[in-house]
Amino acid sequence: MSTKVPADTPLRMEPPISPGAEPFWEATRECRLVLPWCLACERPFFYPREVCPLCLGTAIAWRPATGTGVVYSFTIENRPPPAAFSMGKPYVVALVELDEGVRLMGNIVGCPLEKTEVGMPVSVTWEALSDGRHLPLFEPRREENAL
Amino acid sequence: MAGLRGAAAIVGVADEVSPTGELGGSGRALEAAVIKQALDDAGLTLADVDGVCHSASSMGLAEYLGIHPTFTDSTNTGGSSFEVHAEHAAAAIAAGLCEVVVSVYASTPRSDRRDGKPRRRPDLGVNNPLVDWELPYGLRLPMAPYAMAATRHMAEFGTTSEQLAQIAVSTRAWAGLNERARYRQAITIDDVLASPMECSPLHLLDCCLVTDGAGAFVMTSAARARTLAKPPVYVLGAGTCHDHSIISQMPDLTTTPGVISGANAFAMAGITPSDVDLLMGYDSFTITALLHLEDLGFCAKGEGGPFVEDGKTAPGGSLPMNTNGGGLSYTHPGMYGMFLIVEAVKQLRGECGERQLESPEIAVAHGSGIVLSCMSTLVLGTEATR
Repeated sequence: MSTKVPADTPLRMEPPISPGAEPFWEATRECRLVLPWCLACERPFFYPREVCPLCLGTAIAWRPATGTGVVYSFTIENRPPPAAFSMGKPYVVALVELDEGVRLMGNIVGCPLEKTEVGMPVSVTWEALSDGRHLPLFEPRREENAL
Repeated sequence: MAGLRGAAAIVGVADEVSPTGELGGSGRALEAAVIKQALDDAGLTLADVDGVCHSASSMGLAEYLGIHPTFTDSTNTGGSSFEVHAEHAAAAIAAGLCEVVVSVYASTPRSDRRDGKPRRRPDLGVNNPLVDWELPYGLRLPMAPYAMAATRHMAEFGTTSEQLAQIAVSTRAWAGLNERARYRQAITIDDVLASPMECSPLHLLDCCLVTDGAGAFVMTSAARARTLAKPPVYVLGAGTCHDHSIISQMPDLTTTPGVISGANAFAMAGITPSDVDLLMGYDSFTITALLHLEDLGFCAKGEGGPFVEDGKTAPGGSLPMNTNGGGLSYTHPGMYGMFLIVEAVKQLRGECGERQLESPEIAVAHGSGIVLSCMSTLVLGTEATR
């Protein structure tokens, strides 16, 4: 996992911290990706919320994620919405399936747009937000044989 | 499923569109005008109405109209809201809660933009997962989620941009037969592929229009329907299902909850896909229509691309789809589901002029709301099918 901000990273709208997600964002201050696990189901879920979406359990543990996964799908946004991205150049929005089985959205950075593929192995990288938190993004996995 | 089969019928419809994409009126006045047309179509008056449906405020609408309904429904599931209204209205009529229900929609994004009116943005509110987990990544709405569904479909099943483009081409051919359509000039697959790439793999011509538009339907009991001006169009089956609200929560981007809404509606109606003479399948994007074909069982999962390739859904094809020209070429004011119902009813009554199908008896209006989130399926039929 790298902490430097890739040069092709666009400026963006910063996410709020909704109830149930505080531990997630707190960990991002140290560039750690953590996932909520339901202690009753022994399963992770995403996005973070106060109750388990599988059983409504409220006993939730935060566990480190591997930070690796594969691109489930993506789109190259050729005409960025001005409010979200001010650099105005095309970028990739992807859904990434983590090794733990949960899916989350992220930009793919450090990769030519046209090289992005479904099934591509990726690992998390971080972009600094203005309040000390970091936003998880993804980049192509460098050590492919680390699978 | 005992359900609602034949208990209620749509007896009046109307829609207001223009080949310019712009209408003169707006807001409640436009809603009232199109309600009046739909009531006239049915041979009913406002005094007969005892149920109202509106995707934002059924109470505000009823107050504006000066009526005191005993059935009220403000359900908003995005573009499928009006199929859901029809389902709820049929259930309410069958249960005796009311006898004559009106649902209406009017939106004028195109003339609002021309007039410099501020764009109406949805209230994002607080604690909204869309804001926390998707918008920070520059997700372009509504296009990007559909584009991701298309990317995944291509990767899993080998679907091509040419196959998606064929849906736009076939739909435009229908629009060519409808003098009220926004765009009527024939297009080719190459035209679609040469149009600007918006969110890959979707080109501009894979995307629906942005136009003004308004529509309404009137529904009543089967017994009363038979006493009215036009041939009743019966609700034979209805089903609704949603499995996510934001795209990152959709369980499988190649399978919509239309699998469930469709199966339930078809079972209630006692039909199979081969019984369907007309599919009005919400085409917000070409991929949306392709997913409907698979999820409603017109072809197997993954075979939507080959299915549409030979123009099966175009004029003269074996499965007429979106005969008004669809959201892709007829009109798309934002929540298009109302226009699916209006066209299905007009086709079943034989009122469609040059594009009229030969004696259709069963039509399906399949609405899709938000980002492939809420599917609602209506099976409609003529007297002969009841």
